[in-house]
Amino acid sequence: MLLFSRQGKLRLQKWYVAHSDKVKKKITRELITTILSRKPKMCSFLEWKDCTIVYKRYASLYFCCAIEQNDNELLTLEVIHRYVELLDKYFGSVCELDIIFNFEKAYFILDELLVGGEIQETSKKNVLKAIAAQDVLQEVSTPDDSYDI
Amino acid sequence: MGVPAGDVEKGKKLFVQRCAQCHTVEAGGKHKVGPNLHGLFGRKTGQAPGFSYTDANKAKGITWYEDTLFEYLENPKKYTPGTKMVFAGLKKPAERGDLIAYLKSATNKEAEIKRINKELANIRSKFKGDKTLDGYQKKKYVCKLLFIFLLGHDIDFGHMEAVNLLSSNKYSEKQIGYLFISVLVNTNSDLIKLIIQSIKNDLQSRNPIHVNLALQCIANIGSRDMAEAFSNEIPKLLVSGDTMDVVKQSAALCLLRLFRTCPDIIPGGEWTSRIIHLLNDQHMGVVTAATSLIDALVKKNPEEYKGCVSLAVSRLSRIVTASYTDLQDYTYYFVPAPWLSVKLLRLLQNYNPPTEDPGVRGRLNECLETILNKAQEPPKSKKVQHSNAKNAVLFEAINLIIHNDSEASLLVRACNQLGQFLSNRETNLRYLALESMCHLATSEFSHEAVKKHQEVVILSMKMEKDVSVRQQAVDLLYAMCDRTNAEEIVQEMLNYLETADYSIREEMVLKVAILAEKYATDYTWYVDVILNLIRIAGDYVSEEVWYRVIQIVINREEVQGYAAKTVFEALQAPACHENMVKVGGYILGEFGNLIAGDSRSAPMVQFKLLHSKYHLCSSMTRALLLSTYIKFINLFPEIRGTIQDVFRQHSNLRSADAELQQRASEYLQLSIVASTDVLATVLEEMPSFPERESSILAVLKKKKPGRVPENAEIRDNKSPVPNSHAHTNNAQNNHTSSSNNANASSDLLGLSTPPASQSGTLIDVLGDIYSTANGNSNVVNNSKKFVFKNNGVLFENDLLQIGVKSEFRQNLGRLGLYYGNKTQTALQNFVPTLQWSAEDALKLNVQIKAVEPTLEAGAQIQQLLTAECIDHYVGAPSIIISFRVNGGAVQKITVNLPLTVNKFFEPTEMNAESFFARWRNLGGEQQRAQRVFKAQQPLDLPGARNKLTGFGMQLLDSIDPNPDNMVCAGIIHTQAHKVGCLLRLEPNKQAQMFRLTIRSSLEAVTQEICELLVDQF
Repeated sequence: MLLFSRQGKLRLQKWYVAHSDKVKKKITRELITTILSRKPKMCSFLEWKDCTIVYKRYASLYFCCAIEQNDNELLTLEVIHRYVELLDKYFGSVCELDIIFNFEKAYFILDELLVGGEIQETSKKNVLKAIAAQDVLQEVSTPDDSYDI
Repeated sequence: MGVPAGDVEKGKKLFVQRCAQCHTVEAGGKHKVGPNLHGLFGRKTGQAPGFSYTDANKAKGITWYEDTLFEYLENPKKYTPGTKMVFAGLKKPAERGDLIAYLKSATNKEAEIKRINKELANIRSKFKGDKTLDGYQKKKYVCKLLFIFLLGHDIDFGHMEAVNLLSSNKYSEKQIGYLFISVLVNTNSDLIKLIIQSIKNDLQSRNPIHVNLALQCIANIGSRDMAEAFSNEIPKLLVSGDTMDVVKQSAALCLLRLFRTCPDIIPGGEWTSRIIHLLNDQHMGVVTAATSLIDALVKKNPEEYKGCVSLAVSRLSRIVTASYTDLQDYTYYFVPAPWLSVKLLRLLQNYNPPTEDPGVRGRLNECLETILNKAQEPPKSKKVQHSNAKNAVLFEAINLIIHNDSEASLLVRACNQLGQFLSNRETNLRYLALESMCHLATSEFSHEAVKKHQEVVILSMKMEKDVSVRQQAVDLLYAMCDRTNAEEIVQEMLNYLETADYSIREEMVLKVAILAEKYATDYTWYVDVILNLIRIAGDYVSEEVWYRVIQIVINREEVQGYAAKTVFEALQAPACHENMVKVGGYILGEFGNLIAGDSRSAPMVQFKLLHSKYHLCSSMTRALLLSTYIKFINLFPEIRGTIQDVFRQHSNLRSADAELQQRASEYLQLSIVASTDVLATVLEEMPSFPERESSILAVLKKKKPGRVPENAEIRDNKSPVPNSHAHTNNAQNNHTSSSNNANASSDLLGLSTPPASQSGTLIDVLGDIYSTANGNSNVVNNSKKFVFKNNGVLFENDLLQIGVKSEFRQNLGRLGLYYGNKTQTALQNFVPTLQWSAEDALKLNVQIKAVEPTLEAGAQIQQLLTAECIDHYVGAPSIIISFRVNGGAVQKITVNLPLTVNKFFEPTEMNAESFFARWRNLGGEQQRAQRVFKAQQPLDLPGARNKLTGFGMQLLDSIDPNPDNMVCAGIIHTQAHKVGCLLRLEPNKQAQMFRLTIRSSLEAVTQEICELLVDQF
């Protein structure tokens, strides 16, 4: 799963299949250019190598997943949507910057939703509960802090 | 005026909110409404290259620095009256300060890199420093490293610190540690042992959140080491009664991930039923996760998990009949549990038929009907999510219906539903509907129903805005084409081809060519179509397509005259494609006489027409034309003089190509020296081509492996009927002088002109300089022996030696090919290509790594192949090695690979009793095969025993009462199933014969094993 902005900047990447760094970079580059060159009215699925790419644009961010030939495309689109909903719920009207500065949270939420590339929990409430539980645990152990450089 | 020191990050937020609409900052960023701001500081107003500023802006003439920007940003319109920047300004000085600080950092990429390098150096020194860092600091720095990595910079240190964080007792530190590891650690890092230890500790934790964190990390890395380390714990966690639901979910998916890297991790036996029963779990989340796992397990071992079918059906039926309020939070936009439904439907697609039990089957059909009914209901919400989720389930249900392919009514209903989607507003739906219909078209029940939508599909091929949707429409048209609608569809595709996207033209050309050939009832139509094809999209017509049309014309007498006439007319167009010239040259050369009676196409006219194109063509085509000319001499003796002039012209230095020179001078000689009789024999009409699979179909398959939609009648491959003319190419070769050693292989393309030579004049043949190998005297091709061995020299001639090493385990194999150059010069354009049809590749999947195109003198290179046996197959892939020596002609060598199906044998030990029990069990007509063949001289029994051992089966002694007889047993491992196989080889010393008997559970395997072994002893 890849998240990137309209400017083609990668914001979040998650790989469920092992690749070397070089391959990862190459795939990312190719995907970003292919998707950014598509027009808004075009369909959200495209054949790419031996998989299907499902992508959707939310504001300035593109969310993009590669799935196998016979996976369900529409539902993948909804996985993306569910993830966006979760981010939105968690951050409260999420924007690109939230994801940039709280990338670790974005990852944790994704981990709760998908494990090993398969959907784990489809209930919004349950995912948020799990994240909230993590946060409580975190509050107990250390004060909140920011990591900007 | 002082500019307040700003905060870069706040400034960034401001920029994104207020400015990013119209401006970019990165180097090389594009101009939007406003100019790209890279390098803004120190630049004069109105100077960004390539942006059209207003005059006011250009005339302002100040230089941008902090102070000028500070003033400007407060009220741009006031500062530069007449600017076209629509921006009210930032009234708060602090905000302006922030923004300027950000612009300063962002418009200068070098500054960012500098800043990051400084930070990296800082972190590195902190990590290296003597002071031990406390947990908080470590976490802070590790987190910074992560951030830098995400910005797109490389991180090569800090792994150790992250691993340390794993064992921290503070949750937030642990969490960051895990995150760093799952994002940045490679599967083969040497830290993996330490990581595994920490994960082990966390798995033991009583806190489910810690356990989950550990599980997620395992799933994220999912290496073989992990699989080995946790093969006990995770299955236990999954089925144990006191595991929390959340943990079970993670454990199921984690196990799935590990199963994918390492399929032997799953315990069998009693675990099977416990895992299946997860489908009955109370908690929907657990069921969702478990279904994914079971789906993967079923694929590996369908028999063992058969029990899941009825459970899955009842679960599915509960979901589809539930109202959306029943499932509470698992309802997604009014659709009850879409993810789980889809997964269950997919799970059921692993079996065909899903179940023998009529009760379960009835319930499944009910479910499918309910889903189809629901599609007709008015939507419960206008949101796109609602319809997406609903349709996702629908499409999966349709997939299952197609997969089962037994319920005609369901298939037709599905088809009608998809027909509605074809005119839906959503591009996505149209795309998917076209895709699914492609599958429906291949089912006999719904093929007719699909055809009803032909017009809409043609419309979408023409009108869709998105090329990928158009592509799907083309695929569907191809799939739904049959005898009744072929003419119309082909015509529409031809029409569209003129405006089609370049990206799909080549494929369309192939498809049109195939359809035209397959469904042609009238071959004049076929000829028209192909010539049109060449006219419209000549560049995209590959060699195979025009070879094919010529093959067909030659094989069918009734179209020859028509073809000659049509092609003659087509050539009269002022500009025509080179492929047209090729076809024209060939056909006129063969059948020009059929139209010569007409004064408009008299011999001279034909010749002049062809020759007018000569100068515009490549040397390959010119060579072909020269051959046509010599044929003309035979057909039309009256224009011999003119043609000989042309030959004379081209037989000297004027033609730069040596091949053309040679050809011209040889043909010239031939036409001067040979008597009419000889000429007539040498240049006789081409014999019919032997029947073969349409080469175009093979190209299409190769181009899109696994994606060629089955055309409904693809199997009754109706190609032109071969004429049983007695003469073959070889018969013609008899007329050629014996010194012409290359001729035997001249028919590589099935197209080369008849070779001709006269009294010692060596005449070369079109084609072989471009394609065939020279006859090599010293060739060793050992492929037959490799049925019995895995390593050795596979092929050897004067130039090249090919060695092979291979090993096999279960259904997997690995081959190393070693190419050794025996010459003193480098072999150029050295390309090995695998020959294994797409259809066969579904049974034996062979992956090949590319090699360097140059093989240096005396050097050896290695090429790795991996093979996975998915289903039983016949034959073995071969490899074609092409290369050039000293820039000479391309040579080709074909070598069969030692990848016959017996390589996947596992020897099986058994005693006499069980051997004979099995032997009797496999007594059916289809299960046994027997052959009697002559032994090689002298009869060598120990040698035969050795060979059988090498063949991969277990040689079983003291079973057969006759000690000379040999019996063997083995199991062939394929991914789909295991095939048990028994063998008996009885020598007859008097007659010097062998009798071979094979018995196995599959007829095809029996036959293939028999074929492999016969005549080998």
